[in-house]
Parts: sequence; C-alpha cells; structure tokens
Amino acid sequence: MARMKFICDAERCIECNGCVTACKAENDVPWGVNRRRVVTLNDGVPGEKSISVACMHCSDAPCMAVCPVDCFYRTDDGVVLHDKDVCIGCGYCSYACPFGAPQFPSNGTFGLRGKMDKCTFCAGGPEANGSQAEFEKYGRNRLSEGKLPLCAEVCSTKALLGGDGDVVADIFRSRVVVRNKGSEVWGWGTAYGKPAGGATAKPAKPEGTK
Amino acid sequence: MSRFVLALTLSALTLGLAACGEKPQTLAGHQISGSAPAWQGPTTAFTVSGWKVGDERSWAAHMQARAQGQNEYVRLGTNH
Repeated sequence: MARMKFICDAERCIECNGCVTACKAENDVPWGVNRRRVVTLNDGVPGEKSISVACMHCSDAPCMAVCPVDCFYRTDDGVVLHDKDVCIGCGYCSYACPFGAPQFPSNGTFGLRGKMDKCTFCAGGPEANGSQAEFEKYGRNRLSEGKLPLCAEVCSTKALLGGDGDVVADIFRSRVVVRNKGSEVWGWGTAYGKPAGGATAKPAKPEGTK
Repeated sequence: MSRFVLALTLSALTLGLAACGEKPQTLAGHQISGSAPAWQGPTTAFTVSGWKVGDERSWAAHMQARAQGQNEYVRLGTNH
C-alpha cells in the first residue's frame, strides 16, 4: 500500500462545493469549521479555475513539526491525524500549514478557540475504529469500512480524486495524456511523468469502430 | 569545628538549592499510538463487501479497485 493522497483536477472542478457539503455532513463537522473548501482563482473572469483544498496529508508535515505538544501522528497509510485529547488549541499548526487545513471552532460567549479540527481522510482518530467516541471527535472512519473519503467519492465531475497515491496520480496522468493539455506545466513530468502501474487509460478506439 | 561548619554549610546549600530543581517537561516517552490499522475493521453495518476484514492484502486490493472507480476511462470503457 502506498500513501493515501488527494488530487484536485482544476480542469474539472466546477466549484459546486459538493465535497465541502459532503464532508460537513458525513463527519458532523462543528459549527464554524469547514475541513474542506473550494478556492477559485480569477473568480468571474473567463478561464477561472477552482480547486478543492483540505489537509494534503503531507509526507513531511509542518504541522507535526511545530506542534508543541506533539499531538500529531501518521498512520501506516500515510494519513496525518491528531489527538484532540492532547491538542491545546494553540494554533501553531494553522500558521505552519501552507494549505490552511487546521481549523478551530470559535463558538461560545467570548469566541473561545477550541481544539484543532482538520480533514482526517475519513480515517477517524486514535480511538477505536468505528466507535462512538471516535465519531464524536473526528467523524466517520470510512477507511476501516473499506471506503474512500466521501468528498472524493461524491465528486460529480471526478475532479477530486482520493486514494492510493500511485492510483490517483496515474488516473490524473492518463487524463492529461488523453486531453493533451496540462503536461506542459513546469514540474509535471517529475510529478506525473512515469506511470506507477496503478491505472492506465484504455487505448483510444480507432475512428469508425464501435 | 571548621569541618562541622563546612558540613553544615554544604548541607544548607544542598537543601536550599533543592527547591531550585525543575521537573522534566520534555515529551520523552510520549507517543500517540493511534488506533488499529484500517484493514482491521471492525465489521459494522456500514462495512462494504468485497474485502475480508482483518486481511491487509484484501483491504489494499479493495481500496485500489475502489480508487480505480474514480477513473471513468476504465469504468465506462472510453477515452472521451
């Protein structure tokens, strides 16, 4: 098993926010927190591009590096999770994260900042898999149910891909090859140039055949 | 006499400085173990079929196949 990763295909994202809504509902995400959000560049301008952003489950996660109480850990599948019983809500991780993934519920009379909440790749937390305690703190543990994160599975245009990094990278690579657009971007060859054997596009059928 | 004074002074210093000690505040030994790996389940009403709970290879193969479900080129058998 490789590492679990998300990829968002900016050519396909239509800014429907279905991923945001699905995540919020599936995980009972607290008020004031969106674990996932859609960012649009050049909004309203022809050619605008949108991408869905959440925790990218970094291989060398800066949130883990800066946490003063060491509340983060990484699963065997490469998912970066944290322990809310250890988190002190200091906010260092939110400053360190380049994606703005760590969120802090701010309800209460004085806008008290609570413990950090972020995307779990639908993998729950340190409590027992599928337990009520895990659900109440972190939301659903879909990986232990044999499912992928709901945001990716619900995406209507399949812009947001989630799963084994080799597989989703190969799906994205095959798309770029088929639509013949995107591989000119700097660094593409390094990231997606070589198929890892996870997925390949079927060969195009010749014209005039069924 | 001088030995006695010296011993008394050292004892007083030892006792006095003992209050300046500090409890260790490092996180040595602190490690979050996390829960069981995802492939260990458990089986619930929401567990999907197609893999054997507790079998890592079965889970990995199932997740790869499920991820391939996002590839409509393969799912629909078309490149367009």
